[in-house]
Amino acid sequence: MFYREAGQFKTTYAGDQAVFPILQDRAFVIAVILFAFLVVPFIADDYWFQAILIPFLVFSMAAIGLNLLTGYAGQLSLGTGGFMAVGGYMAYKMTTAFPDLNILIIFILAGLIAAVVGILFGIPSLRIKGFYLAVTTLAAQFFILWLFNKVPWFYNYFSSGVIAAPPRSVAGILVVGPASTPMVRYLVALSFVVVFTLAAKNLVRGRIGRSWMAIRDMDIAAEIIGIRPFQVKLLAFAISSFYCGVAGAMFLFLYLGSAETEAFNINVSFDVLFMIIIGGLGSILGSFLGAAFITLLPILLTNLPPHLGFSMPIDLQSHIEVITFGALIIFFLIVEPHGLARLWQIGKEKLRLWPFPY
Amino acid sequence: MAIKRTFLTLLSAAVLAGSFAVGSTTKAGAEEAHFIPLLVYRSGPYAPNGIPIANGFIDYFTLLNERDGGIDGVKVTWEECETKYNTKVGVECYEKLKNKGTAGAALINPYSTGITYQLIPRAPVDKIPILSMGYGQTAAADGRIFKWVFNAPTTYWSQASAFIKYVGQQEGGMGKLKGKKIALVYHNSAYGKEPIPTLEALSKKFGYDLKLLAVDHPGQEQKATWLQIRRYKPDWTFMWGWGVMNQVALKEAAAINYPMDKFIGVWWSGTESDVVPAGDDAVGYKAGTFHAPGANTQLHKDVYKYVYGRGKGAGEKSRVGEVLWNRGMLNALVSAEAIRTAMGKFGKKAMSGEQVRWGMENLNLSKSRLKEVGLAGFTPPIKVTCADHEGNGPVIIQQWTGKEWKFVSDWISPMREVVRPMIEAAAAKFGKENNMTPRANCM
Repeated sequence: MFYREAGQFKTTYAGDQAVFPILQDRAFVIAVILFAFLVVPFIADDYWFQAILIPFLVFSMAAIGLNLLTGYAGQLSLGTGGFMAVGGYMAYKMTTAFPDLNILIIFILAGLIAAVVGILFGIPSLRIKGFYLAVTTLAAQFFILWLFNKVPWFYNYFSSGVIAAPPRSVAGILVVGPASTPMVRYLVALSFVVVFTLAAKNLVRGRIGRSWMAIRDMDIAAEIIGIRPFQVKLLAFAISSFYCGVAGAMFLFLYLGSAETEAFNINVSFDVLFMIIIGGLGSILGSFLGAAFITLLPILLTNLPPHLGFSMPIDLQSHIEVITFGALIIFFLIVEPHGLARLWQIGKEKLRLWPFPY
Repeated sequence: MAIKRTFLTLLSAAVLAGSFAVGSTTKAGAEEAHFIPLLVYRSGPYAPNGIPIANGFIDYFTLLNERDGGIDGVKVTWEECETKYNTKVGVECYEKLKNKGTAGAALINPYSTGITYQLIPRAPVDKIPILSMGYGQTAAADGRIFKWVFNAPTTYWSQASAFIKYVGQQEGGMGKLKGKKIALVYHNSAYGKEPIPTLEALSKKFGYDLKLLAVDHPGQEQKATWLQIRRYKPDWTFMWGWGVMNQVALKEAAAINYPMDKFIGVWWSGTESDVVPAGDDAVGYKAGTFHAPGANTQLHKDVYKYVYGRGKGAGEKSRVGEVLWNRGMLNALVSAEAIRTAMGKFGKKAMSGEQVRWGMENLNLSKSRLKEVGLAGFTPPIKVTCADHEGNGPVIIQQWTGKEWKFVSDWISPMREVVRPMIEAAAAKFGKENNMTPRANCM
């Protein structure tokens, strides 16, 4: 009844090609962004910022990055944790070497370095595909972490090998470091995610995104219609690693505060991969849904039983949480193999007919 | 339609639960009571270690409530949160628990080096002191920079220096260390790397040769490491291991016929769960510790009587007195004594984190006080000062006989003249990078 595009005529090409051509979609997205910026800071407490919202935003960013590479360009990667580590460690090195440089610029620079590393490890993708590519990116994951663990220069020769986010301000407001408020860190994370989501959304519907999808669907056919796999695949690796790098810097500076290489281990790569599989390959929205599913569901499952009045031993509860989590993953993949984003799309189609389906 | 309905149901469930979670952070309980958050790991890969530690904690607090009606009349309450030894989950737990109780969290025992590193920067902001007893960041022993962190009674660096002292004693004098070969097998993480600077500094001083062998988490594959040891033929081998890594190392050491009495583990590598799975291979293996094994003190008798006798034990009665149970209990005792010290100054009510920090800094667990609480001869006296959050406690070497751990050395004081300057330098470096200035009012 409310969700209907009838009557919305496009009179310009620009209007027809808008990111959200349907008025209701546009209104909804703007409302969500405004809500996140203007309302959430006032209603959420430290626990929500620190344990729920910030990790969700950080992993959304990483998931968008991997989704560009795997979902859109079809290059399977298990190196996400490694590329995030590049972002985190490089941001740390740069901000300790140049304390006066704006930390937000450092995040971007860290992303750019991660992009260069991504290109380097993306070169094999020109020759190998599928699972074999996954293995070479896995090598990236292990090599990068080994390097950061082995060479003391990367962690400024601290005996423990732990890097910690030093305090840095932007325009007089403490943005990172232990004394910064979770609310500020949340707003910074949110700004990054909003800007880069819009960028990604525009990227995938333009020439670059279309050439990625052409490569994904059939690379020989793509070559025949004039797409150069070399540039296109490496560009996918570069942009994906840039997103992962920024996510890694956010992970260290906005979420954890201090970390060792173990924080970026192979489980992070798997988690992000599961996020985009469950959320929906080749969908920006899916990256968010998947990130929410993987990061928030375990917290929900831990906190739910006590609130419903079940008190049980904490170890039993933890085991039940793992079982339920696994069962839910299987359930969603059986119900909708194309991920949560596809469920959302089906929901929207039904909504168009509601309340008079035919 | 069915799919959509399920999806909507789940969505609404999620929203509902979300609103519940908000409610959970409000303060609960009107009665005045100390609140101690417990970050435990009763599941996950390190659960065999986590369970006795957590039980030791809870059994001691139960004992206080059952026998004495709390600490000086104010009850102790606690809430467990399962971390699975995972840093991110641990931080989530901390955020969830830090404001609970009538006066907020009194202090936090992170019980994981990774979580400790996460909480150190947060402690001054949240005003909750951290007690990382024998783990965490060694530099935190410098209380002038790390106002909120305590690692009494002793640290990894002190322990490493005590090990070298012990080796010197065994070899017949520190002068004999020259030209000796010592290998360190360590968990390749912040925790495992802790002793390296001390061992390197001492190697320069005493002229022994040091070989560093990293084992990657979780440490199930150590064939290559022990092959290197076989080639290198070290006179002594130290181990900074954790969890399954310890058992595997013991088996591998036995496989290359390495003399077990020349193999010394850190205090986290010297527990029942490390040696029992290795069977006879582990007999003769040594480990450092800062408290006695076994259930032979008055306090243990009280635990049997007031806690297990009343059916309120947290675990199995037979496991009381295991090394890690004792460590959890001692950790709970130090926490409780810090709260008691704070109550002496701030009065008989629930203590806040800020007050307990004062109590921790003025903690003086003297010999007579240890006897009063029923731990005569269990551990040396512990005294914390403003500048020294470690207390420079001595270390003792224990050996596994196949049935139980036995002391095989005297209490060995660490080489403070070597360790303390290193701690101060590391703390100063940390302070500089984080724009912190040392507190001027102590020392």
